[in-house]
Amino acid sequence: MGNHIIRAQNIGKEYRYHSGKRRVMLRQALEDSLKSGVNLMRMKAKSQESSMPKMPQSTFWALRNISFEIKSGESVGIIGSNGAGKSTLLKILSRITAPSEGKAYLRGRVGSLLEVGTGFHPDLTGRENVYLNGSILGMRRTEIDRKFDEIVAFSEIEEFLDTPVKFFSSGMKMRLAFSVAAYLDPEILLIDEILSVGDTAFQKKSLNKMENVVQDGRTVLFVSHNMAVVRSLCTKGIFIENGEIKYLGEMEKAIEEYLHNGDTQNQISFVANANSNRKIQIMAVEFDNETRRSNRFPHDQSLRIKIKIAIRKNLYRFSVSLSILDKKLNPISTSYDFEKDEKQLLSRSPGLHTYLVKVPPILTPGRYSLSVRINQLGRKRVNLKDTAEGICPFDIYDIGSPRSRANIPWSENLSLPLDWILMDSTTGKPEK
Amino acid sequence: MKKKECSERIEQKEILLEPPRGWLNLRMKELWEFRELLYFLTWRDIKVRYKQTFLGAAWAIIQPIITMVIFSIVFGKLAKLPSEGFPYPIFTYTALLPWQLFSRSLSDASASLISNKHMISKIYFPRIFLPISSILSSLVDFFIAFLVLLGMMVYYEIAITWRILFLPAFLLLAVISALAAGLWLSALNVRYRDIKYVTPFLLRVWLYATPIAYTSSLIPKEWELVYGLNPMVGIVNGFRWAILGQSIELSSLAIISTSVVLMFFISGLFYFQRMEQTFADLI
Repeated sequence: MGNHIIRAQNIGKEYRYHSGKRRVMLRQALEDSLKSGVNLMRMKAKSQESSMPKMPQSTFWALRNISFEIKSGESVGIIGSNGAGKSTLLKILSRITAPSEGKAYLRGRVGSLLEVGTGFHPDLTGRENVYLNGSILGMRRTEIDRKFDEIVAFSEIEEFLDTPVKFFSSGMKMRLAFSVAAYLDPEILLIDEILSVGDTAFQKKSLNKMENVVQDGRTVLFVSHNMAVVRSLCTKGIFIENGEIKYLGEMEKAIEEYLHNGDTQNQISFVANANSNRKIQIMAVEFDNETRRSNRFPHDQSLRIKIKIAIRKNLYRFSVSLSILDKKLNPISTSYDFEKDEKQLLSRSPGLHTYLVKVPPILTPGRYSLSVRINQLGRKRVNLKDTAEGICPFDIYDIGSPRSRANIPWSENLSLPLDWILMDSTTGKPEK
Repeated sequence: MKKKECSERIEQKEILLEPPRGWLNLRMKELWEFRELLYFLTWRDIKVRYKQTFLGAAWAIIQPIITMVIFSIVFGKLAKLPSEGFPYPIFTYTALLPWQLFSRSLSDASASLISNKHMISKIYFPRIFLPISSILSSLVDFFIAFLVLLGMMVYYEIAITWRILFLPAFLLLAVISALAAGLWLSALNVRYRDIKYVTPFLLRVWLYATPIAYTSSLIPKEWELVYGLNPMVGIVNGFRWAILGQSIELSSLAIISTSVVLMFFISGLFYFQRMEQTFADLI
């Protein structure tokens, strides 16, 4: 036992697929019970026959075998890719949903911030929402009374306090909501990616507030994709992948593990089966980055992409293109093989060709994927000969850029490395 | 000093999270701890209800009055339904009071979880407060509409008797009935959205199965037991008995109604708490 404030023992969470639809309709339930009734009767008739078709497995484990202990006063960062189970773990610890197996012990008052502004009502004023939201987060009325002035001062929206929240800008709403949350002081605080609220000045302020919370000796669990934030706030790290804990220990080490270990091999690269009927085919696409087993790259590193093309007949006027797609699979940049050397268009001999494409470090943190196409350029139109879309998903991470230190969010996908030269005002030449 | 306070509090309680089990776990202690949230949720429902309406809380009076006028014309004047010797308007209004409380509570409560699904999936609190708060906020409308009844009693010169002391009991019964139905319907609504379409229909049938436009003495004796299974029969008759002094045999109907209500209420509580932990996954 000792001084453990959170103790999780083999927690697992099983979810059921609802055959594609999330809502179960009454009709379906009735049908199901009818079917099982009929099956039951059949079973009786056939007695020991075991040929009854089994219901297809329609559940999956979002979390499995999660065990850890957290001491009082520790700040823990939970990292992992999307869908790894981080948020499910927070939902279980904050009692929103129950685990399907295992147990967890929490000692002390638990405050959870899975979202900023839960329960805000648009028709109520700022003042009224502070009370409502505070009470939903678990504050007593006297406690809100006591902290009210501080909360309002922190939010910097004093003058709009008696305006209904629906007339607030989203930034103002978020600031007010975060301020309420910031003054919650339970023994255990569970936070899901909420520090990206408001403008940069406010973000800096809220980050400082969180640093204070951590220094106060409160036990804090953060879920975040922002490595710079977890690195600065947390001492202990949990790296979750596919619903299981892959690493538990120092934060720094957890981030390293996360960046180096990733999804399984077949997802991170693209490999096609050779088809001799095709004149030209994309055979493989992969990242050529040393020994990495994951597609996670620091923001300041060039990407090297290898594309293998099989040509089985002499072909004229075709091109290979590589597009980088954003996380919604919209292309943000496309490049053609002949752009640097137009002769490439003329002809290429049959055989296996490998391209190495270098992408300078211009992508901002986020998730991307690739798409490779082979086009034959006809007289009037372009014929698509082969394509591999949305392959090799990869993540770019901010591992501590001047921007993140200045708390400026990355808003676009591309950030061109422009030169800024300070000119001397008298000589008109670059300053030393 | 603060640290010490903290550690004392920590030792006081340990929360255990585990897979849901058991039928008998109402966690009264926790409800008590969260009681202020119930207050704030009710307060929110009341505040928001008539926001941005021109007439505001006057709607709490207008709705039953308009229904009363329609009933008086259609059932009182045209159909000439008997009203036990009382002026038809006040005869039907005494029944409309508990009915409106019941139907408003029931429809709000059954939708309460769905309309607050955002909260349910993002934070923990006793979910039962959502249907309860929508019923408590309907009570405010009831008390406003009750003032009109007092006015009508003066107008029709109906004397208040000792029987009015029993009114709170019938009111409580109406609230518990609404809560019983609300618990069942709101929990079912999370899983089966059909409930949204069932509720208005259910309320319409229920309205005619309750002696609001007519008097329960029209029901043939042999059907009385079945009729009494509708808890609103006992409640509406109770209201008429307590306010108008209508001479009806309360005993048998009231006992049946009360026991039906209690049965639904207790089973509703258990069903609700059984389903509670899956709400966030299903909603």
